[in-house]
Amino acid sequence: MQDLGISILFKGVNFQRLMGGLWVTLRLALITIGLSCLFGLLFGMLMLSRRKIAHIFCRIWLEIVRFMPQLVLLYIVYFGFARLFGWDLDGETSAVIVFTFWGTAEMGDLIRGALTSIPRHQTESAAALGLKKSQIYLHVLIPQTMRRLLPQAINLSTRIIKTTALVKMINVTEVLKVGQQIIGQFYRQPDAAFWVYFVIFLLYFLVCWPFSLLARRLEKRWA
Amino acid sequence: MKKLNKIFALALALTLLLSLLVTASAEGFRTLDEIKASGKLVIGLFSDKKPFGYIDETGEYQGYDVYLARRLAEDLGVTLEPVSLDAPNRIEFLQSFKVDIVLANFTYTEERATQVDFALPYMKVALGVVSPDSALITEPEQLNGKTLIVSKGTTAETFFEKNYPEVKLAKYDSYTEAYIALLDGRGDALSTDNTEVLAWAIENPGFTVGIESLGSLDTINPAVSKGNETLLAWINEEIVKLGAEKFFHADYEATLRETYGANADADSLVVEGGEL
Repeated sequence: MQDLGISILFKGVNFQRLMGGLWVTLRLALITIGLSCLFGLLFGMLMLSRRKIAHIFCRIWLEIVRFMPQLVLLYIVYFGFARLFGWDLDGETSAVIVFTFWGTAEMGDLIRGALTSIPRHQTESAAALGLKKSQIYLHVLIPQTMRRLLPQAINLSTRIIKTTALVKMINVTEVLKVGQQIIGQFYRQPDAAFWVYFVIFLLYFLVCWPFSLLARRLEKRWA
Repeated sequence: MKKLNKIFALALALTLLLSLLVTASAEGFRTLDEIKASGKLVIGLFSDKKPFGYIDETGEYQGYDVYLARRLAEDLGVTLEPVSLDAPNRIEFLQSFKVDIVLANFTYTEERATQVDFALPYMKVALGVVSPDSALITEPEQLNGKTLIVSKGTTAETFFEKNYPEVKLAKYDSYTEAYIALLDGRGDALSTDNTEVLAWAIENPGFTVGIESLGSLDTINPAVSKGNETLLAWINEEIVKLGAEKFFHADYEATLRETYGANADADSLVVEGGEL
């Protein structure tokens, strides 16, 4: 009772566990963001395809992602798949699947937007020069797209980082869950929650801040 | 465009493959023999609900439920694999066969019994209502028109919805959040199992349990997936056997005594051998 509130974070291995939780959060976010960029590129290109069916396919995917809360998707993949199909995925795998499913569509849509913002005459000029479709993408469109894309992609990345807090509901002990477990140990101390959540706030800030710094630097360099 | 078509065809093929897999497998719960063979007993526990299931500062699971979980694993000769869960998804974990047993302060209700199978009880409780001393609630009728904090998926939620529809309920996802809401004054009172609020009130000066026993006497039981008879029978056998050695009194002394204080009567909570 006499303890200063913040000291509860340093009792025993609490702090190490909090850092372990932060690593889980980070690892999950980084894997998801990486995969989302990769698949998002394909998704964006597919959205621009002239094939009607590809367009409808992307549209449906994007709408599902936009209107379904991520928590519902997590429950479907973690509990629903096990119940219906007998696929016993662990929490982290389920989370990667769901967040990549979400990130791919959103990133794809951003990439589509960036691609279409590049004047059409560039594609046509490149084609006139004899470049193949893949070469046009690789040498003309993608490099320019990257620059226009960056601010929005960073924004999406920080949103993904923050949304990973939901995975505590499917048995992944990330930083927020560890925090709640620490509060659970000390619920006799009314200010425990304040200190723990305050430190978690700082940790999220420390994770997201470098992203915006990087974005700002790159934007300046490319401007 | 040819490449894109290929990608699209690949995606279609993958989807088809997945749907084939769907029909191929239909996994269920693990029987007692399967658990023994795997060498692991997967038990769903609370990880932030002292003194029943929580993680202490050394990073170890502790509490009344955990004490039993350890013993079950030990008697089965396997290692315990704890899975952390929250009140709203306890049934979900069993129905999706993610855990073999739930030992998470799981109160028996008839509605739940249609979804999971309960073993013999190892504890008994009624509901309690805790409120600040400055505006103490001593009768449930006092709550009419006021806000009562409950945790989603708990007995308190269904009890008040059914019997006191005029009470406004503020529902929270976890116990941690519910208690914080009460401390922050986001409600007039909080209701959950009396054991829980009694312990909490002792540790939070300024709050008192004005209603100590509300609703019918409930029991807390281990639960298994619906139809897992071999495991259920073994747990029941085990609880009867443990009753003979007064195991749950020892459990109470080890995990709950500190919380309820020296004067509390263990027999008001503990159930031995599954007999009320």
